[in-house]
Amino acid sequence: MIRALLARRTTVETKDEATAVPLDEALARETPLVPTTSIAGRSLVIVIAIMTFLAALAAGAALLVADASVDWRSEVAREASVQIRPVAGRDVESDVVRATAILVAAEGVRDVKIYTRAESEALLAPWLGQGLDFAELPAPRMIVLKLVEGKRPDLAQLRRELAEQLPNAALDDHRLWVERLGQMAGAAVVVASLIFVLIVVAAGLTVAFATRAAMVGNREIIEVLHLVGAADRYIARQFQRRFVALGLRGGLIGGGCAMAFFLLSGYLADQWRATPGGDQIEAMFGSLSLGPRGFAVIAAISAAAGLLTGFMSQEIVFRQLRRLQ
Amino acid sequence: MLSFEDVGLRYGTGSEILTDLSFTVEPRSFQFLTGPSGAGKTTLLKLVLMSLEPTRGRITLFGRDAATLQKDEVTDIRRRIGVVFQDFRLLDHLSLYENVALPLRVIGRDEGSYRAEVLELLRWVGLETRITALPSVLSGGEKQRAAIARALIVRPELLLADEPTGNLDPTLARRLLRLFVELHKSGTSVVIATHDLALMDQYEAARRLVLADGRLHVFE
Repeated sequence: MIRALLARRTTVETKDEATAVPLDEALARETPLVPTTSIAGRSLVIVIAIMTFLAALAAGAALLVADASVDWRSEVAREASVQIRPVAGRDVESDVVRATAILVAAEGVRDVKIYTRAESEALLAPWLGQGLDFAELPAPRMIVLKLVEGKRPDLAQLRRELAEQLPNAALDDHRLWVERLGQMAGAAVVVASLIFVLIVVAAGLTVAFATRAAMVGNREIIEVLHLVGAADRYIARQFQRRFVALGLRGGLIGGGCAMAFFLLSGYLADQWRATPGGDQIEAMFGSLSLGPRGFAVIAAISAAAGLLTGFMSQEIVFRQLRRLQ
Repeated sequence: MLSFEDVGLRYGTGSEILTDLSFTVEPRSFQFLTGPSGAGKTTLLKLVLMSLEPTRGRITLFGRDAATLQKDEVTDIRRRIGVVFQDFRLLDHLSLYENVALPLRVIGRDEGSYRAEVLELLRWVGLETRITALPSVLSGGEKQRAAIARALIVRPELLLADEPTGNLDPTLARRLLRLFVELHKSGTSVVIATHDLALMDQYEAARRLVLADGRLHVFE
């Protein structure tokens, strides 16, 4: 019998159907070469879940602010305003009528709204307080222009026309506000992105520590695998499989929690809408609803957590094994 | 196949524990490596397996200088060598079947392609009823037989066995020696490290490499 076994030394190794034993599940099952109990799996899953959750929050917040800033800027950019200052020797009311005529005639202006004296005074009330007699104050009159989207008027030309005919008129195209809003939103996105990167780095370091600990704990196994002819890449893949499973589990838990968080926050924002606090939040973050793109990003972060964990562990094991040479 | 030229080994700054080892292992040869406990038999086998690097001298394996081998080449050479460790080195979380099949698994072979030969070998070493058992429930003799089966499953060109019959009863020891002799006759070079004189007496034709005081004496 053993002679027959030995005689096969030089034969091509192919599956021999004639000698195949009936499929036995116990034999067919391949136990992971890196024991599942040798890695502090539960702790690692929890850490990766927390990291994924925080990374998804940072990414979601960045998306919300970026989207909201686009809304703010397009809203502001669709408007311009003209102030008519009361000056000695000029009739403000007739200047308002002349300015309105110039504005209505300009191409690219969709609508012109003249703020009445009372409305203009109401705009000042938050700064000057209630109960003042504005008749004593040289309060300017306000005209708000709604601009045609994608076909903005030549505001420089309009500014010149107004200046020629009405020296007390000032056109404000809100560019300063748009720039400030853009900078603020950009800074918020940069901060969120930085937090995201820090979380990813922290997660990577955690996986690195866990991998090294797993290698130390499985040193005997690695040595045996080497001596029976396992290549470094093969051994590294065994660790990778184990860590991918842990990483995906942590990523799914963390990503799932983040999705639940944004769904809940969107729901609560809907409930709080029209309250003073809700309005402030909506002004800052829009509707607080991520939308399909945001949820796709969170799903991608969850999957990336698993893949990154596996990739990092494989590379660390591979490099450590190379160093052992 | 294997040659040592003036090989010496020391740990740290201590004195040499193996000195001026020079010998060859020819293809299709059979030798016992013997000597008192602590003489360095296991250490010498580790040098052959490239688990240890010599402090000086040159080791040649399958025509290649061991000192110049790349990692992948070391792996390729190890696949041509079967090893039976004194302490068995079975993986405790794998079944007996998986332990024996391990050298085939790590080279990427499909389980279905080697099942028959693994089961046949397990039958031959008398472990066919223990194939799904974990090493922790096996006796010392069963572990040793499993370790031998694992070394043989790749049909190595060179077999190194470190005290392979140490935990076996005389009958099984004789049977395993016959297996090693058959392997040798089929073309495998065999090196058995042992201090079991009775075992060596059963195969007088074998060369004897005797390690004593860190030096090797060859008796043809």
